[in-house]
Amino acid sequence: MRKTTRFGLGAVLATVLSAGAGYADTIKIAFIDPLSGPFASTGTNGLHQYEFAAEELVNKKGGVLDGDTFEVVGFDNKISPKESLIQLQVAIDQGIRYIVQGNSSGVANALTDAIEKHNRRNPDDRVLFLNYSAVDPALTNDKCNFWHFRFDANADIKMDALTDIIAEDDSITKVYVIGQDYSFGKAVSAAASRFLGEKRPDIEIVGNELHPIGKVKDFTPYSRKIVSSGADVIITGNWGADMLNLGKSVIENGFEGPIYTYYAAADGITAAFGEQGKDKLRLVTEGQTNPPPTDTAAAYIEAFKAKYPDGNMSQTRITNVIEMLAKAIDQAGTATDVVAVAEALEGMEHETMWGGTLYMRPEDHQLIQDVLITVHTDEDIQFDLDNSGYGQHLESRVEMAGKDSPTTCKMRRP
Amino acid sequence: MTDTTHNTHSDVLAGSGLTLAKALPWLIASAFLLVMPFVFTSNSAITIMNQMAITIIFALSYNMLLGQGGMLSFGHAVYMGVGGFLCVHIMNWDQFFGTLPLPVLPIFGGLFGMGLALIVGSFSTRRAGTVFAMISLGVGELIAACSVIIVVFFGGEEGISGDRTYGLPFFGIEFLQQIEVYYLTAFWLVLSALGMFLFSRTPVGRMANAVRDNPERAEFLGYSARWVRFYSFVASGFFAGIAGGLFAINYEILTEENLNLATSGSILLVTFLGGVGFFFGPVIGAIVFTLLQTVLSLQTELWALYVGALFVATVMFFPGGLAGVLMMHTPPLVLGKLHLLVKPYIKTLLPAAICILATAGFIEILFHARHAAIGDDQMTLFWMTFSHANPVPWIAFGAVALGGFWLARRNAPELVETWHEANTDTGARP
Amino acid sequence: MDLVLVNLIDGLVTGLLLFMLSAGLTLIFSMMGVLNFAHASFYMLGAYFAYQISIFLGFWMGLLIAPLVVGVIGAGVERYGLRRVHQYGHVPELIFTFGLALLIEEVVQFIWGKDQMPYEIPGILEGAAFAIAGNTIPLYKVFMIFLSLLIFGGLLYVLTKTRVGMIIQAALSYPKTVEALGHNVPLVFMGVFGVGTALAGVAGVIAGPVLSTFPGMAVVLGSIVFVTIVIGGLGSLFGALVASLIIGWLTTFAKAYDVRMEDILTGIGFTKPDPIWDSAWQDLWTLTSPQIADILPYLLMVLILIFRPYGLFGKRDA
Repeated sequence: MRKTTRFGLGAVLATVLSAGAGYADTIKIAFIDPLSGPFASTGTNGLHQYEFAAEELVNKKGGVLDGDTFEVVGFDNKISPKESLIQLQVAIDQGIRYIVQGNSSGVANALTDAIEKHNRRNPDDRVLFLNYSAVDPALTNDKCNFWHFRFDANADIKMDALTDIIAEDDSITKVYVIGQDYSFGKAVSAAASRFLGEKRPDIEIVGNELHPIGKVKDFTPYSRKIVSSGADVIITGNWGADMLNLGKSVIENGFEGPIYTYYAAADGITAAFGEQGKDKLRLVTEGQTNPPPTDTAAAYIEAFKAKYPDGNMSQTRITNVIEMLAKAIDQAGTATDVVAVAEALEGMEHETMWGGTLYMRPEDHQLIQDVLITVHTDEDIQFDLDNSGYGQHLESRVEMAGKDSPTTCKMRRP
Repeated sequence: MTDTTHNTHSDVLAGSGLTLAKALPWLIASAFLLVMPFVFTSNSAITIMNQMAITIIFALSYNMLLGQGGMLSFGHAVYMGVGGFLCVHIMNWDQFFGTLPLPVLPIFGGLFGMGLALIVGSFSTRRAGTVFAMISLGVGELIAACSVIIVVFFGGEEGISGDRTYGLPFFGIEFLQQIEVYYLTAFWLVLSALGMFLFSRTPVGRMANAVRDNPERAEFLGYSARWVRFYSFVASGFFAGIAGGLFAINYEILTEENLNLATSGSILLVTFLGGVGFFFGPVIGAIVFTLLQTVLSLQTELWALYVGALFVATVMFFPGGLAGVLMMHTPPLVLGKLHLLVKPYIKTLLPAAICILATAGFIEILFHARHAAIGDDQMTLFWMTFSHANPVPWIAFGAVALGGFWLARRNAPELVETWHEANTDTGARP
Repeated sequence: MDLVLVNLIDGLVTGLLLFMLSAGLTLIFSMMGVLNFAHASFYMLGAYFAYQISIFLGFWMGLLIAPLVVGVIGAGVERYGLRRVHQYGHVPELIFTFGLALLIEEVVQFIWGKDQMPYEIPGILEGAAFAIAGNTIPLYKVFMIFLSLLIFGGLLYVLTKTRVGMIIQAALSYPKTVEALGHNVPLVFMGVFGVGTALAGVAGVIAGPVLSTFPGMAVVLGSIVFVTIVIGGLGSLFGALVASLIIGWLTTFAKAYDVRMEDILTGIGFTKPDPIWDSAWQDLWTLTSPQIADILPYLLMVLILIFRPYGLFGKRDA
């Protein structure tokens, strides 16, 4: 009995793990994000957007170098740092040189750390980490390294842009900040206090509070406090069920003003808010979809929706990752020497189909781009989210947000 | 991976003194661990084997409570977690870590896990049963919640990370490569498994069994059930802490995930799946579960569904777990009638396996049809590529599932009959 | 002062919702002596079924049908699952329900996907019932309070005044004797399990629209339900009610009022280290009550179990 078990185990391990890098003409990109468990819808939708972008923007246009094509391989990390590190090892063993990941800054921290160590210890098979969504500022500050590139605006840059907009509105005098009790929630809360203090010292922060993440069943007591504080504006970094429940609760308890959020869109949240959140919810984001900024963008979203009717074009930056990576590989003239590719990415400027210019800042590998404030509405929406009729409509735009923002990054180049 | 299967033999032949028969399984297991990296050379295979080894230690330590002491814990992850966190802190403490060879590090994790178990055990082991289970749940939830609040020690949501290579080189080894870490982990695996095995053979370990089965009688014999539980609990905390230390060395990062209830729950699953009644049960459970989690999840998104179904089926039909199923075959083996079972097994279990695979295939098609992109109706299943819009695969998988079920069901009585026969001693043959 | 009243009402709503879940769980415990870890999963099933039914037949039919479906499923689980595992002892039973909880979550994700469901409160219950000093109390909350009180009353009546209730109570304490008297005790057990899970289903139906319907909803509420019945005393219906209300109010008030650790520590004579971010105790000093509100019940449970292992109103040792 035992012998069979061992033998079977051997067969399984051998087939799954030793699939070598025998494909010379495909460049594999490992997508390490949750594909099962509570965050799977975000992860699966992201994987679809990657596959679609690789196909439409690279492969159909003749690929990179001498016709090499991109292939996105999904790895399920179950949003666990431990599993991510195992899957990273599996990906590296398959000869993959490019890792993309975005959900959870905790996972991103674990990955950037592990990749830095791996590249130091194994100079022969180094990999690049293209972070498309984790916005913890530390990743491009204290914890920055040469192998990590961030394509989303970080939490500080987004808050900088958001407070610019708030500062212009003289009718706002009271702000309430609430968030989940963990690194990101704390980063949002600290940034809000700092920027508001600089830009509008007269604005009073009437509440600045953290609640346990994913454990709050009923937000009513919080909303009561918010409403009775007389706040004009709420700022929150909540996501997932915490975002939905907080938003619904404050609206139900009579809050009238705008709720500025980072993540109150797509993945069922837009549909669940529906009419209730109209003109109240606002999003600090990048990548404009309503109105579509260019004809290319409109056609791209239409093609995506035709293929994935239940999907959302919610992370437009994914196209930037793919396009910029393709450009960098072409410039470097190699896909295997990741140092050359990284050097090509540094300082790259790129016109995006979502409007505006992108600039990969060499000092900290933070992408500088336009940051937008969008509003949840059903009016004038060409591309809705969750097929709900509601979508995010552009309200204001901060060009090249945070271009001169300081960084504490001391990049060590190989 | 350690083949401690034979332990039960030495269990049966429990004599005194070290005999070759007793030491043999351990020697085989150790040799096996030495050879494994030459069979599976890729880094990812070694990473997965490391993960298995850590899970094995953790599951064995959990079984000291559940299997040997009858204590159901819902918060065992915290002892492994805090041990691991401490080890990462030591890694970051340059002056001290620079003078410490890395292989010694897990001891500190073990001691710290033991320290926490001493504190919690002092009140939680007063009673067994539901009170113990609920206290473990409460303490587990409290410490997991603290992990995001007490940032100084737990590092908040992103956890804390260190670098194992800053330790004092150990005979020139700096532990830069996975393979070096593998041998370190394997060494600790054998050492801890042996330690836990020997613990179960000490008077305290034996009394833990007695207290599990009948606390009142044990009390009448003059043993304090509470203290017996307490000793087991503390020892279990120590070995969980060792597993935590190895985790720290292997991954060089610890996060909230190492403490939360999901981790505590999954170790219960692992242990029960393997079988709580035998010392080597958790070993099998850890190997199977790690493979399911890392390898099956690469194959299908629905892996958790299958694992859940497997778990429920195990509890319902094989409460002894996989080890129990294996050990059911000892009597036929002793009677020399194992060969009788081969044919009925093929006749019943093969169709049953086909039925299960076909059902899984049917579920996969259903899932693909519901969730795949428009125009992307091609799917590959069991090395066949077809379209989910095509009714043929649906019918084929459905028919194979039903056919397999029918065949297995038809042949089941024969299996039962042979089973009884194989377990009946018909007297010694000449 | 007005806010105190509002918080009392909010806490009452939370507490009563918790009670609807814990009532069924505690009934099942007193019957089988086992904690049903999958109880919150039946709550989730209630919400999902009601959502599915409400698409076609509206909210009220959902409220009527979904709990029945959940109850039937619950009875089936008892008949074909638990009864089988029962022979192996209590620990496998507990582990079985634990596995069932995992499985139900996976099945729900398989059928409905992983997103939030747009399950809405019915139009007739929208809007505010009344307002206290500018704080509106939604009509739906008033409805929740009345429905749960109604159910509690009905349950109490059935258990204490009807013949069926007498048999159930007798079967709980002396199953053998009741069986000898000619009653079908396994059937009673199955029935009680069905009713208990149906109660969880009702809770799911009415909580789904306000606490949102998503695959994680069982996990969010799961362990807190055990905490409730352990605090109240296993098997005690009244204890479950008291514990539910205590937890409801405790968490509501802890969230509503910012009690800061800093104030407490300064109050008892410590001085705040300066600068705070260099201190090893920074996390203790910056702690506030809303941060820990939802973990307070666990602390309460551990303390109660240490000092009074049978809970507030429990008669039998857990």
